Amino acid sequence: MRIEVQSAPFDLGAETTAFAEAQRASGAVVTFTGIVRDVEGGLIAMDIEHYPGMTEAALAEIAEEAKVRWSLEDALVVHRHGRLAPGETIMMVATAARHRKDAFEAAEFLMDFLKSRAPFWKREITQAGSAWVAAKETDEDALDRWQT
Amino acid sequence: MDVLYFAWVRERIGLPREVVETEAATVMDLVQELRAREDRYAAAFADISALRVAVDQTLVDFDAPIGDAREIAFFPPMTGG
Repeated sequence: MRIEVQSAPFDLGAETTAFAEAQRASGAVVTFTGIVRDVEGGLIAMDIEHYPGMTEAALAEIAEEAKVRWSLEDALVVHRHGRLAPGETIMMVATAARHRKDAFEAAEFLMDFLKSRAPFWKREITQAGSAWVAAKETDEDALDRWQT
Repeated sequence: MDVLYFAWVRERIGLPREVVETEAATVMDLVQELRAREDRYAAAFADISALRVAVDQTLVDFDAPIGDAREIAFFPPMTGG
């Protein structure tokens, strides 16, 4: 299991290949990639603030829970912070499991929890100025389906 | 202890962290003390339903005890991913 929190860009292809090639007991690898989406009126940049220390701990805890719950063989989370341009890759998760259902579900779980439980805050910068992205009610609702 | 602020909470208060001497028993007690300081604190802590808090880097509720915490952080709901 690897957690990376960094401002530098990362090579999505190289990360995915290295993750997949390191697997032996897994028959399935699922990846998700988050990209800075342009907005109406044009996005100049997105700033991502985080809480150093807590970010890494929260991501590790979420990944560990996913690993136990879906018997993952491995998991990877890479998340960037700082200033990003539209089209840039913000983050990725990868999960490896014996079968694809577990890998898919664990990746969704990771994303749902990462969105509202890992201490990152996005701010969009447009011609009109800058504004913090508000958390959505649906993000919180997304966590409910994982309660058992 | 160190008190940290992130995102618009940091902007509203005007600093990212500060050392606070307090006898507050719970997070809510600390919030009341901070609110009483100055308008910028009162504004930042006006609606705690719009805030989240972490004690020693673990998310907690506002009625959580502070104990001998080293670090308390206040921030808006997170928007990662």
